[in-house]
Amino acid sequence: MTHANPTDNRLPSILTAATPRRVITFVAFVLIALLLLPIVLSAFWMKIMFEMAAYSLVTLGLGLLVGRTGIYSLCQVPMMAAGAWIALRVHYLVDLPFPLLLLISGLLTGLLGIVIGLPAMRLSGLYLALVTLMAAGAITLLLTVVKFPNGGDGFWGFDKLNSSGQNILPRPSSATSDIAFYRYTVVVAAIGFLVAAIHITGKPGRAWASIRQSEVTAVSAGVNTTLYKLWAFALSAAVTGVAGGLIVAGTGVTTNQFPVEQSITLLAVVLLGGVYNLWGAVLAAFFLRVFPQILDKKLGLPVEVLTMLFGVGVISTLAMQPKGVVEDLTNLGRFVGSKFARSERAEHEGVAT
Amino acid sequence: MIVIDSLTVRFGGVTPINDMNLTMTAGSNGLIGPNGAGKTTFFNVLSGFVRPAEGTVTVFGDELLPMADFKRVRWGVRRTFQTEQAIADLTVYENVLLIEEHSGRKSSTRRADVIEAVEFVGLGNQIGRAVGTLGAAERRLVEVARAIVGHPRLVLLDEPAAGLPEDETEKLGEIIKQIPDRTGAMVVLVDHDMELVSATCDEVAVLDFGSVIASGKTQAVLADPLVMRAYLGDDERVQA
Ligand SMILES: Nc1ncnc2c1ncn2[C@@H]1O[C@H](COP(=O)(O)OP(=O)(O)OP(=O)(O)O)[C@@H](O)[C@H]1O
Ligand SMILES: [Mg+2]
Repeated sequence: MTHANPTDNRLPSILTAATPRRVITFVAFVLIALLLLPIVLSAFWMKIMFEMAAYSLVTLGLGLLVGRTGIYSLCQVPMMAAGAWIALRVHYLVDLPFPLLLLISGLLTGLLGIVIGLPAMRLSGLYLALVTLMAAGAITLLLTVVKFPNGGDGFWGFDKLNSSGQNILPRPSSATSDIAFYRYTVVVAAIGFLVAAIHITGKPGRAWASIRQSEVTAVSAGVNTTLYKLWAFALSAAVTGVAGGLIVAGTGVTTNQFPVEQSITLLAVVLLGGVYNLWGAVLAAFFLRVFPQILDKKLGLPVEVLTMLFGVGVISTLAMQPKGVVEDLTNLGRFVGSKFARSERAEHEGVAT
Repeated sequence: MIVIDSLTVRFGGVTPINDMNLTMTAGSNGLIGPNGAGKTTFFNVLSGFVRPAEGTVTVFGDELLPMADFKRVRWGVRRTFQTEQAIADLTVYENVLLIEEHSGRKSSTRRADVIEAVEFVGLGNQIGRAVGTLGAAERRLVEVARAIVGHPRLVLLDEPAAGLPEDETEKLGEIIKQIPDRTGAMVVLVDHDMELVSATCDEVAVLDFGSVIASGKTQAVLADPLVMRAYLGDDERVQA
């Protein structure tokens, strides 16, 4: 047991991200993803791992919203489509370096997130979730009409005659191969998680925690709840928009790749993964992209089984008091997490004594 | 100085504050009255959670009611809640820091201000602990630290001693007594514990059915037979 001396007490924060153990875990995880996985996995599984890396930003975005502010949005998948759309549209407009394109995608999708977040000023809980689901439906419908840009003229940039159905963004010249672009994506995702961690442990994180406890708590602490709720929507949408940009360069996109129902599945896996811990987002991305492939390719089970499992989870979430079920599902996420953490903790305590 | 002029609050058919008129001038002011007298509703008006039908509240010459709710903290309104509202997921330090960083203070003094406030309420040793792991008395103290950090001007304490054992209440009283001198803020204390009120407050006002029925020096007011009657009507706690 290390006894906390007074100077240690001067640096208190249960939110502090940068404990040595967390930094080491994070760096080790990123290094494994960058160096080890490409050696041991086949090209097929590396494609899946690319998707997991990109989608971890999407689950991160939704996890931030649900876990930090207690806001449920069912409009996360269309945000990804929007990010992809914006990246394509800007690409056909001006020739920009890829990182800049991702940045613009993130910023503009973040603005869209603010628009989607406006109803949150008046609504909460199930009502807000339903409104965001309707917004998701509207965006998805719009997308089937306007399609992804393919170099056409006008604002929408779509040329019917030139349409192949599949839209791909050129990858950065430094990462044209699948493996190289996978690594690029892992690095971008890692940056996204760091940005999220900085937010959570800083002023926004504390303001969000107060909002999550109650509106009254937040206001009486001087928190501008409108500003911080919209900030959460913006950040959530921004990282998701970046993911859209990565997907459109990594595997390409089609118009019907972003069905409305997927937002519900997404919420289910995010809750399953755990929303109070950033690792929950990684776990959620695993559930979303890797787990179905394992069921299908390794166990020969139909993917519908999984959809049904997730579906049952969501129905129970929506039918019951939202906060209570988050707790339940988060505990499930934590339980899964603790299996991984136990050995590590034992090791850690072994060193300390 | 706090000047409350013709304040009236209506919730549908209920009028929890009914033409309240009061001037508070002391550093520590008690506000007492039986259950349902409108004490918490009055605090909610000052915090901006309840919009009154009529009336004005002027504190140190500034009209409070036109200010947006969250901006009142920046102005200097702080409060604790009857059902304690410290944020369970954050540490003691973070709970207090939250107020400090939203009250428009220079960031260079933040850390020192927060530590000073936490030490003032005697939680220096618990500063890094999550509030959710603290006991009821300690959580109350966290709320008090939140209410006094930085530069408060009006500190509203809503039954801070409710549910606390006698010795904890005494300690809390000592802390509350020091707030006006230490911070320059005016304190309004709502509590059913008359011992606490008379130990901490120079002046007291009595609210009954949303109107002030007595106000003045604490000892004089508490000795007033009218006050006793209002209280004994439906609250026997005063006898203790
Ligand atoms: N939001 C509300 N809607 C309707 N009536 C309310 C509301 N809030 C309070 N009241 C009513 O207003 C009256 C005053 O309540 P208030 O909470 O201000 O009393 P109090 O003096 O704080 O009492 P206590 O000592 O029990 O805390 C009560 O009759 C209460 O039922
Ligand atoms: Mg009350």
